[in-house]
Amino acid sequence: MSSSTTHTSTIGAIGAPSRRNTELALLAFAVVIPLFAYINVGLAIDGELPTGMLGYGAGLGLLAGVSHFVVRKFAPYADPLLLPLATLLNGLGLVVIWRLDQSERLQQLPNFSAAAPNQLMYSAIGIALFVGVLLLLKDHRVLQRYTYISMVGAIILLLLPLVPGLGMNVFGAKIWIRVGGFSIQPGEFAKIVIAIFFAGYLMVKRDALALASRRFMGLYLPRGRDLGPIVVVWIISILILVFETDLGTSLLFFGMFVVMLYVATERTSWIVFGLLMSAVGAVGVASFEPHVKQRVDAWLDPMREYTLSQQGVVGHSEQAMQALWAFGSGGTLGTGLGQGNSDLIKFAANSDFILATFGEELGLAGIMAILLIYGLIVERGVRTALAARDPFGKLLAIGLSGAFAIQVFVVAGGVMSLIPLTGMTMPFLAYGGSSVIANWALIGILIRISDTARRPAPTPAPNPDAEMTQVVRP
Amino acid sequence: MNKPLRRIAVFCGFLILALIVRDNWLQYVQADTLAKDEKNRRVTIERYATPRGDIVVDGKPITGSKESGDGNDLKYQRTYTNGSMWSPVTGFASQSVGATQLESIEDGILTGNDDRLFFRRSLDMLTGEKKEGGNVVTTLNTAAQKAAYDGLRGRGKGAVAAIDPSTGAILALASAPSYDPSTFAGADGKAFQKLDKNKDKPMLNRALRETYPPGSTFKAVTAAAALEHGLYDDIDAPTKSPLPWTMPDTQTPLPNEGNIPCKNASLREALRVSCNTVFGKIGSDLGKDKMLETAEKFGFNEEQFVPVRSNASVFPEKMDRPQTALSSIGQFETAATPLQMAMVASAIANDGKLMEPYMVSELQAPNLDVIEKHAPKEMSQPLSEENAQKLQDMMETVINDGTGTNAKIPGVTVGGKTGTAQHGVDNSENPYAWFISYAKTDSGSPVAVAVVVEDSKAGRDDISGGGLAAPIAKDVMQAVLDSKK
Repeated sequence: MSSSTTHTSTIGAIGAPSRRNTELALLAFAVVIPLFAYINVGLAIDGELPTGMLGYGAGLGLLAGVSHFVVRKFAPYADPLLLPLATLLNGLGLVVIWRLDQSERLQQLPNFSAAAPNQLMYSAIGIALFVGVLLLLKDHRVLQRYTYISMVGAIILLLLPLVPGLGMNVFGAKIWIRVGGFSIQPGEFAKIVIAIFFAGYLMVKRDALALASRRFMGLYLPRGRDLGPIVVVWIISILILVFETDLGTSLLFFGMFVVMLYVATERTSWIVFGLLMSAVGAVGVASFEPHVKQRVDAWLDPMREYTLSQQGVVGHSEQAMQALWAFGSGGTLGTGLGQGNSDLIKFAANSDFILATFGEELGLAGIMAILLIYGLIVERGVRTALAARDPFGKLLAIGLSGAFAIQVFVVAGGVMSLIPLTGMTMPFLAYGGSSVIANWALIGILIRISDTARRPAPTPAPNPDAEMTQVVRP
Repeated sequence: MNKPLRRIAVFCGFLILALIVRDNWLQYVQADTLAKDEKNRRVTIERYATPRGDIVVDGKPITGSKESGDGNDLKYQRTYTNGSMWSPVTGFASQSVGATQLESIEDGILTGNDDRLFFRRSLDMLTGEKKEGGNVVTTLNTAAQKAAYDGLRGRGKGAVAAIDPSTGAILALASAPSYDPSTFAGADGKAFQKLDKNKDKPMLNRALRETYPPGSTFKAVTAAAALEHGLYDDIDAPTKSPLPWTMPDTQTPLPNEGNIPCKNASLREALRVSCNTVFGKIGSDLGKDKMLETAEKFGFNEEQFVPVRSNASVFPEKMDRPQTALSSIGQFETAATPLQMAMVASAIANDGKLMEPYMVSELQAPNLDVIEKHAPKEMSQPLSEENAQKLQDMMETVINDGTGTNAKIPGVTVGGKTGTAQHGVDNSENPYAWFISYAKTDSGSPVAVAVVVEDSKAGRDDISGGGLAAPIAKDVMQAVLDSKK
């Protein structure tokens, strides 16, 4: 154990600071910053302090306070950054959703309803789930027992949108289900469940996958039968792509699996295989599946797509180009909250495309800050994986953080036209119950793992021979 | 397992980095292009967010702004005073169709977004003032414009361009039929669609954007070339001009209009009665290169930016000898905008110096501070002072004693040239009636004007530059002279 890492990724350093007070101070910022943003929007749009200011501040403060209290009590050694960062993103997302609720252009759309109150409710449910995870999950290794149940659960969740009468087709992507007036994106929950399955499965099989291989051209080629699992997961991803026509969800699961496989086996060849297979799959499907193909075409030439949609050609959307204009018009510093025209994106402006509003109103500076916050969350997750003492914890933590990173990349990249657009949402920022709730659960699990990882090793029982015997700690 | 974990950390870092790089590309490198893209609705929103500055003539605005009303994300819309008369000057700024011509070229000043207003804008932002647009002050003359437009309106289609020869300032720029840009300035563009489909093309700015065969008015250019290249020196000495005259390399004699005394006529006489034979032969004797040189010095074969773009007038660069003869009397492929022919008249009136035509004299900041002032600039000298005065002498004979008597103004020296340009297949369509002229007082020439009338209602025989176009030119010159008093 080198002393330089003592403070951050200690494994059993006795008396490591719990950092709960750091977390509390950061949480105060995470509540105050969105509160100022909220006031800012109110002043910009109505010229007066928003009436819901106190309620909003109190609500967010209460949620943050409760979660902090639970962490302090039940996960005292947890990573101090994860909770404040997630709270900050959640708060900022709420502000921008509320800001878009005030937009006259969006209010004129059919099916318009104020989204902010719902999002506040979802956030509360999300934090309740977060609290529930910390209360009920005393040790993350318990999850290992549910490896194969998780597999079944994940498959069911992924297949739900395809069930007739339950699934919904939203602009071509079938990744939603509707239950009693609520739309749910099962993929968001599947993300967590499937990570549990992969972690449990790979922990058991890692040696077989890593060692039984032949060397060929500098790469370790796995045996045919060991290829089985990756091929199965690949096929499932392709099926998702074909039947749910969503590149993002497909990429997310396959990417997560490759990352976890690589970590479990330490074999670079898996990465090479993974990249090849995802490239083949994506290109193959994009060349014949019309919805995916259209998304790719729209990505290659957003202007043409915009022109087609303006001409009223069915199945084309102006969103991609509108998002690009929003980013461009924001420039370096942005127009200021409440003063942009990102509502020109219209449909899904507050969910899939919420980043464009941040881009226009907070500018390059704001987006960089937000991307760095996401980067920090991922970094804390990876650090948790490094610090974790058990392979299952490591795999689960890296799987969840890897999936989080891939999701941020796929969504933000899609909105910024770096890659074709997909139907997923920015974690915490975007409007959507499934996303907020699932991601709070994800943060809860990461906090649980990091608490276990940073918890000091139990002090050895007093031993009369203590003075003679040197205790060697791992 | 920690080594792959660290690599995954680096990989995730790359994902975030890729997003950051992409965002810098979008919001820094490409920001301006995206933000100023004409299809970006924000450009339109911004353009109409504050009342536009005005286009000013004779100290009075000819444009205005009013609130668009509810349900429109564009706050203000343009209004025009006497829009049909001024539309060739202003162009239009429409919420539904966009902006053209002067409204588009000076958009930055009119909206207040111009970089030259940056400091003021920043100051306004700090003091909480609303952004305001600046004004565009034009050189036009209301009385002259009115005379031109009223004259054209009574005669069907046509255009007028009038210039102050000593500076190049445009005094009148009229086109008929015209349109009122107020009718589609708002969010409803139906009126525009209708105008756009009208086969009389009311939205065509004929004074700048239509080229007509100039017919006999082009003989002024040919006469200038003859003097300038030394083919003839004395305007009263007989020229070597047989009648009939057969065009070189052909068996075809070039006809004159009627039985006019063109045999060996002097230059003055040839211009007075408009001899095709004399000027055709001059063009042929000089050859295409010398004719081209003089025509281009007058501004042919070049777009003018006043600052609104004017189409390039044409003097053909590739032609044989008979075609050169025809071109020299304003036929074959020779074509000119009314502005171009006004420039010809103005160069002659200004003793040979052609001033660059312009119509914006000043750009003003919202508080009327002058941001930019136009300084008159010499464009070229197509003929010497001495030759210019000879040509003036000839053109004054045309008015006093020739085809242009309709443009006579008592007590004022007027010089001019008529033209009747045939066009259409086998000259089947009604010819264009042309007239170019200038007026001169003791203190130089205050106005040169070119008028073209395309009249389908008048009978073929009635159409002659002197009958249809000269009275309009006279009214325009009179209006300018009156306003100078």
